[in-house]
Amino acid sequence: MKIVVPVQLVPDLVEELVVDKSGKALDLDTVRWIISEPDDHAIEQAILMKEKSGGEVIILAPDFEGVDDVLFAAAAKGADRLVKITGDFESGLNAHALARALQPLVKDMNPDLVLTGVQTHNGLDGPIGALLAEYLQMPYIGYVSGVSVQGNKALISKDYPGGLKAEMEVSLPAVLGVSSAESAPRYVPISKIRMVMKTSKVEEQDAGDLDLSGAAVVTRMSPPESAERATMITGKVDDVAAKIVAIIQEQGLL
Amino acid sequence: MNQDIFVLVEHLRGQVADITYVALAQAQSLAVETGGKVIAVLFGGNAVELSKNLAADMVLHVESPVLAEYTCDAYASALTGLIKEKSPRAVLMGDTTMGAEVAGVLSARLGMPLISNCVSIKGGKFSAKICGGKMMVEGELPAEPVLVAMVPGGFRVEQGQAAKAPEIKTSPVPDLSGVRVAFKQYVEPEGGDIDITTQKILVGVGRGLQNGDNLELAEELAEALGGAVCASRPVVDQGWLPTTRLVGKSGKAIKPKLYLALGISGAPEHTETITGSEMIIAVNTDPAAPIFDLAKYGAEVDMLDLMPALSEAVRKAKGG
Repeated sequence: MKIVVPVQLVPDLVEELVVDKSGKALDLDTVRWIISEPDDHAIEQAILMKEKSGGEVIILAPDFEGVDDVLFAAAAKGADRLVKITGDFESGLNAHALARALQPLVKDMNPDLVLTGVQTHNGLDGPIGALLAEYLQMPYIGYVSGVSVQGNKALISKDYPGGLKAEMEVSLPAVLGVSSAESAPRYVPISKIRMVMKTSKVEEQDAGDLDLSGAAVVTRMSPPESAERATMITGKVDDVAAKIVAIIQEQGLL
Repeated sequence: MNQDIFVLVEHLRGQVADITYVALAQAQSLAVETGGKVIAVLFGGNAVELSKNLAADMVLHVESPVLAEYTCDAYASALTGLIKEKSPRAVLMGDTTMGAEVAGVLSARLGMPLISNCVSIKGGKFSAKICGGKMMVEGELPAEPVLVAMVPGGFRVEQGQAAKAPEIKTSPVPDLSGVRVAFKQYVEPEGGDIDITTQKILVGVGRGLQNGDNLELAEELAEALGGAVCASRPVVDQGWLPTTRLVGKSGKAIKPKLYLALGISGAPEHTETITGSEMIIAVNTDPAAPIFDLAKYGAEVDMLDLMPALSEAVRKAKGG
């Protein structure tokens, strides 16, 4: 079983987001890049499947600041091959362009399964998995939270609202957009990642010229203007607690 | 290209998704600008029942055993044929567990640009919400036929509902022999847990919980308040709470009298499903957390410090 896992880095939303001088994009100097959370789940799902039935897990990621750390962390979890996609991403990368760049690389790897995160929080032109699936002429299922391979088919658990799931059967090879792995992404200690860095190799593949078509052009980016904002309760923790109790009492709920 | 606006009707077990009505409301407004008609596209299901209150000029219904239950593969195949044949100005759907992927596949297949996370389109401009609701982006609506995956926020559900049922036209069944995905069965959520959708008071915990051991503090607070604990996705993904407690796009929509959102940033995935709450009090150490835009009251303190203090204050107020 060969599983290819394309992942992406996204701005860490814990940090303050700043719009750059153009007014159309994030100020990249202020962004801290981290692995997109669903992608972390895709890696975990691939590793779980490898642990269960063997096989090879290949991680691919476009070259953003911090990508080596993401790749080595995946290797420390059990990934076999690490591929960094190089290119001029500073001027903008979108899901269509990345999916097009991934298509020949993934095709050459001849995977049984492609697992990727179901979405990235900064995407404006659709999920990469669905686009890549179509470029690869493979079927796609998103919001996946369980995969079990039986021969040349896989039984997929797809999430719906309300905790409902649907079981679907898909012919392989296929692309799956993972929303959550069958168990939470494992923690790997830094010491283990450091050890892996000494023995693992990051291969590089060039993305070539990016074709950004398929996404709408952004002319303005700004923090949302909220019509209303919460009335802030200030003070020390005990004061805040007392004020919240007063509000709840006022509502007749206590 | 003609000027009609297509809306994909998303339905699950006999229920039309709210986002379909939101998309219909957007389509109505867009159709006024283009001079076209609003056409709801419905695959499978009981057409008369499902389309009775759709605010559309017409429903195009396609019936086939392959379309009886949703799969991205079958829906995308059926839509491909209809889009090629009718060439609409725009095709709208929800940015949901169904629509997001259908839109992606169609964009790659038909070379149509795709705007996801779209809140509204007005006067030839779109606006969309990204980065967990922390940024809004705007741009020109592409001149060519476009796919749009909508999120709530720009229109209300009622705006996409009509008193009179639209005309239903049955469309010929396309060739679906190449479909590679088969629906097998639904799996119900685990039973035996409390139903968070009927609780009057909910204590919602998010990433700020930091550690599963801290859940006890939230349980204690919920018990003091006579409510229950629910969570955003990171907490459920960690296995600290079962999926029955998940509030969000692939979880449940809640409508309590009081929602205490603790350590929850307020990403659209979560906030879309809490708007039915009568009062939201949000606690987060990040002053820029979007949850404060939705909450009536907010406090910029650490939930881990607040929970024991609040439990104590609640017990005191109750005279215990």
